[in-house]
Amino acid sequence: MRIELNGEKIRNNFVAKISEISGQNLLACYQCGKCSAGCPLVSEMDILPNQVIRFAQLGLIEELLSCKSIWICASCLTCNTRCPRGVNIAEVMEAIRLILLRKNIDNLKIIELNEKRRVELPQIALVSSFRKKTA
Amino acid sequence: MKISYYPGCTLKVNAKNFEDSTIASLKELDVELEELPRWNCCGTVYSLSTDDLIHHVAPIRNLLRVKEQNNNKVVTLCAMCFNTLKRANLKVREEPDSLEKINNLMYLEKLKYEGDVEVLHLIEVLRNEVGFSTLRQKITRPLRNLKVASYYGCLLVRPREIGIDDPENPTIMEELVKNLGGDPIDFPYKTECCGAYQTVDHPEIVISRTYSIISSAQVNGAEVIMVSCPLCAFNLDHRQKETKQKYLEFRPMPILYFTQLLAIALNCPENVLKFDLHYVDPKPILKEKGLI
Repeated sequence: MRIELNGEKIRNNFVAKISEISGQNLLACYQCGKCSAGCPLVSEMDILPNQVIRFAQLGLIEELLSCKSIWICASCLTCNTRCPRGVNIAEVMEAIRLILLRKNIDNLKIIELNEKRRVELPQIALVSSFRKKTA
Repeated sequence: MKISYYPGCTLKVNAKNFEDSTIASLKELDVELEELPRWNCCGTVYSLSTDDLIHHVAPIRNLLRVKEQNNNKVVTLCAMCFNTLKRANLKVREEPDSLEKINNLMYLEKLKYEGDVEVLHLIEVLRNEVGFSTLRQKITRPLRNLKVASYYGCLLVRPREIGIDDPENPTIMEELVKNLGGDPIDFPYKTECCGAYQTVDHPEIVISRTYSIISSAQVNGAEVIMVSCPLCAFNLDHRQKETKQKYLEFRPMPILYFTQLLAIALNCPENVLKFDLHYVDPKPILKEKGLI
């Protein structure tokens, strides 16, 4: 993947917004990769959890807003528990999801769910997935 | 002992076996559950953002119901409800400002919430209030020779501040199994996420998680897996159908709530176990061990 960096991107208010919504100091991350090593869903992701933090530090807006990883993360908090720098990676994932959801851009199309599948699911599965993936 | 009880949505429908086995077991242990009047959905997932106060109103409103019952402790069984209620409670205890705003949002309520309710998970009640040693004395049908792997999942143990045990290597469920007379089996996947709500639109993720988690328990000698979350239970039990289709060598394994094993050990009537709600039938292995 070719990535272009410049000062304008890094100083973009997107970076400040992620820090503010997540309450995390993004620059605390020194890219050890422990979050990605322990993530149980990492094999389904297109950008590794440590890369999500790196991209957020660098203000790579398009890459983050279009990645699969933020929707695959199920907030199991294994990364948060293990981060040696105290960065809550799951909170950063949530902040990026919220930036999209607050523009009414849903990831889950409820209407497209197969009806047979919908009735067999427990209530908490539906409520939590709607909470995480729809505006 | 009387204690306020928050059931949550799923225990009234898909996880009726979880609720019924709990009520029957606690009767044997002289614990009376007082279900909260007018309880509402807790929201199932704790909001992880700093500016999303409205999502904490639902769990806090439930804690207000506990005060309306003149109690200061509430017990819950579902791991998702436990996590959401306890984290929201911790948040308002640490942030008086947020507490005031949430109280203002609930201005039609008669009482104000003051952060003075304690949220407990049933396993904590069994260990700390009933006591594992008292429990052991009341067991009339020990789970002799039953090899039980305990699956904690995420929400009982993470984050550390609210977890019922160590986030990386919890042992409280294994202790419970030991006190019920069973053989606890340790396995490396006991705190690894099952994929949770990805089961709604990405069942393939959950199927591969279910395969890894159950196979690991089997390799370590388990005969059943014990859980405390209705979403883990659905993913690990009902998704075995597709797991078997995808992985031909996969061998099914029954998934039980810890309260079902508790009810069996306390010799509660079999109708509270509601095995018809399971995909993998636990009866053959329980019969083999002489437990039903």
